[in-house]
Amino acid sequence: MIELIGLYKSFKGQNVLKGADLLIPTGRIVTVVGKSGCGKSVLVKHIMGLLRPDAGQVLIDGIDITKLELTELDRIREKLGVLFQGGALFDSMTVEENVAFPLKEKTKLGKAEIRERVMRALEDVGLGDRGSKFPEELSGGMKKRAALARALITEPSLVIFDEPTTGLDPVITSSIHKLIKTTHEKYGFTAVIISHEVPGIFGIVDKVAVLHDGVIAQAGTPDEIRASTNPVVKQFITGSLEGPIDILS
Amino acid sequence: MTNLLRIAGRYVLSALREMGRMFLFLLSALEMIFKPPFKFRQLLKQMRFFGNKSMLVILLTGSFTGMVLALQLYYILRKFGSEALLGPGIALSLIRELGPVLSALMVTGRAGSALTAEIGMMRISEQIDALTAMALNPIRYLIVPNIVAALIVFPLITAVFDVIGIYGGYLVGVKLLGISGGTYFSLMEDYVEMKDVLLGLYKSISFGLIVSWISCYKGFNSGFGAAGVSKATTEAVVLSSILILVWDYSLGSFLI
Ligand SMILES: Nc1ncnc2c1ncn2[C@@H]1O[C@H](COP(=O)(O)OP(=O)(O)OP(=O)(O)O)[C@@H](O)[C@H]1O
Ligand SMILES: [Mg+2]
Repeated sequence: MIELIGLYKSFKGQNVLKGADLLIPTGRIVTVVGKSGCGKSVLVKHIMGLLRPDAGQVLIDGIDITKLELTELDRIREKLGVLFQGGALFDSMTVEENVAFPLKEKTKLGKAEIRERVMRALEDVGLGDRGSKFPEELSGGMKKRAALARALITEPSLVIFDEPTTGLDPVITSSIHKLIKTTHEKYGFTAVIISHEVPGIFGIVDKVAVLHDGVIAQAGTPDEIRASTNPVVKQFITGSLEGPIDILS
Repeated sequence: MTNLLRIAGRYVLSALREMGRMFLFLLSALEMIFKPPFKFRQLLKQMRFFGNKSMLVILLTGSFTGMVLALQLYYILRKFGSEALLGPGIALSLIRELGPVLSALMVTGRAGSALTAEIGMMRISEQIDALTAMALNPIRYLIVPNIVAALIVFPLITAVFDVIGIYGGYLVGVKLLGISGGTYFSLMEDYVEMKDVLLGLYKSISFGLIVSWISCYKGFNSGFGAAGVSKATTEAVVLSSILILVWDYSLGSFLI
C-alpha cells in the first residue's frame, strides 16, 4: 500500500502541492485526474523518489521513502516501472534496445531470452515491426507505446503511467487501456495512472482521485466520482466551462 | 550601502554554493570510477565521441599553430642570429604550452559543448529521471564514461596536435624560410627533455578532467527547455575555457 500524507511541494515560491493525501491500495489501479499543470506529474514523482516533499510523507508498505538514503531508495525502485509523460526513451538507442535495457542491466537473463521477451512486448503494443527504429523516427503515439513496453518489461509490482494515452487516437487509446487491464490481471501490480481520458479511463480503474489546487479534492470509486456533488469534481468530469475551476490560471 | 553589501553577499554565497555542488558532483563521479560494474562499451563510445568530433579541427589548428610559430619565432631568432634554434623553439612551445592548451580549448568548443547539449537534452526529456527510476545510477551510466574517456583521449589528441604542429613548423621553417631540415629535428632532440613532455602530459590530463567535469555538470543540471540547454552549453564552454587557462598558469608556475 502506498500512502501520500500531507504532501507539500513548491518550486521557487510557486506552491504546487498544498497538503495532498492519497491512498493507493496494493494491487489496485488508481487514476489521478486534474487540470493540466495542476501538479499530477509532480505528485507521482514523489512516489518514485525523484522529488522530495517540503513537508509530508510518502509511505510505501509502511516505509517513509522521503527519509531514505539513495541505496535504500534504489531497492524500492527495483520493483518500479515508469512510463514518463514524454516517454523518456533513450535517444541513443533503438526502440528494441530501449525496451531491452532494463532487462539487460537489471537481470541475468540471456540474450535470446531478452530478445524474445522484448519482441513479445513490442508486439503487445503494436510495434513489432518498429524495433530497429530510433525514437526520433517514431510518431508521438508510437513513442508512448514503446515507453509503455519498457515500463512493463521487468514485470514491476508498482507501475506509474504518466498520461499513457494522451495524444493517441481513440482506437489505440482503448487498446492501451485494455493492455493495461490485461497485464494487470496477469501480474497484479499496483498502478497509478495519470490521465485526461475522463470518463474513458474509469472503466479500468478501481479508484479515481481528483487533484485540484494542490490537494485531492475527492477520491473514490468511479461510481462515487460520477455521482459526486463536489462542484470541482462535477465540473471536471463533465468538462463544463461553468464552475470553480479557473480555466485561465 | 547595506543594500549593496547584501547583494554582493548573496552573489558570493550563491557562487560558493554552486562551487560546492560542482565539487560534490565531481567527487561522486570519481568515487564511482573505481566501483564495478564498469561500463566499458559506454567508455569506448565516448572515446570515439571525443576523438571523432575533435580530430579534424585539431589537425587544422595544429598545423596552422606550428606554421605561425615558425614565422614568428624565425623573426625573433634572426635578431639574435640563432635561426637554427627554430626547431627546439617550436617543439618546446608546442609541447609545454600551446599543444595542451589549444587542443583543450578546441575540444571544449567542439566536443565539450556537444556533450553538455546532449546531457542537457537527456535531463529535460526526463531520460536521466528514467535511469534513476530504474534504480540505475545516472552518474555511472552517463558521467563516469565521459570523464574516463576524456582522461584517456585528451593526451592523445594533444600528442597529435604537437606532432602536426611540429610538421607545420617544418614546412614553413625548412621549406619556406630555408633552415636546414637536419638541424630542425636534431636540435629538437637535444633540447626537448622528458620533463617538458611530462609537463605537457600532466596538463592535457588535467584539462581532460576539467572539460569533461564542467561539460557534464552543466548538462546534468541544465534548466528547462531549449533555452535552458543553450544556456548550460554556453556556460560550460566559458567556464571550461577559463578554468583551462587558470589551471594552465598554476600548473606552469608549480612545475616550471
Ligand atoms: N522541476 C520543476 N521545477 C520548477 N517547477 C516545476 C517543476 N516541475 C513542475 N513544476 C511546475 O509545477 C506545476 C505542475 O507541473 P506538473 O508537471 O505536475 O503538471 P501536470 O498536472 O502533470 O500537468 P499536465 O497534465 O499538463 O502534464 C507546473 O506549474 C510546473 O511549472
Ligand atoms: Mg504531467
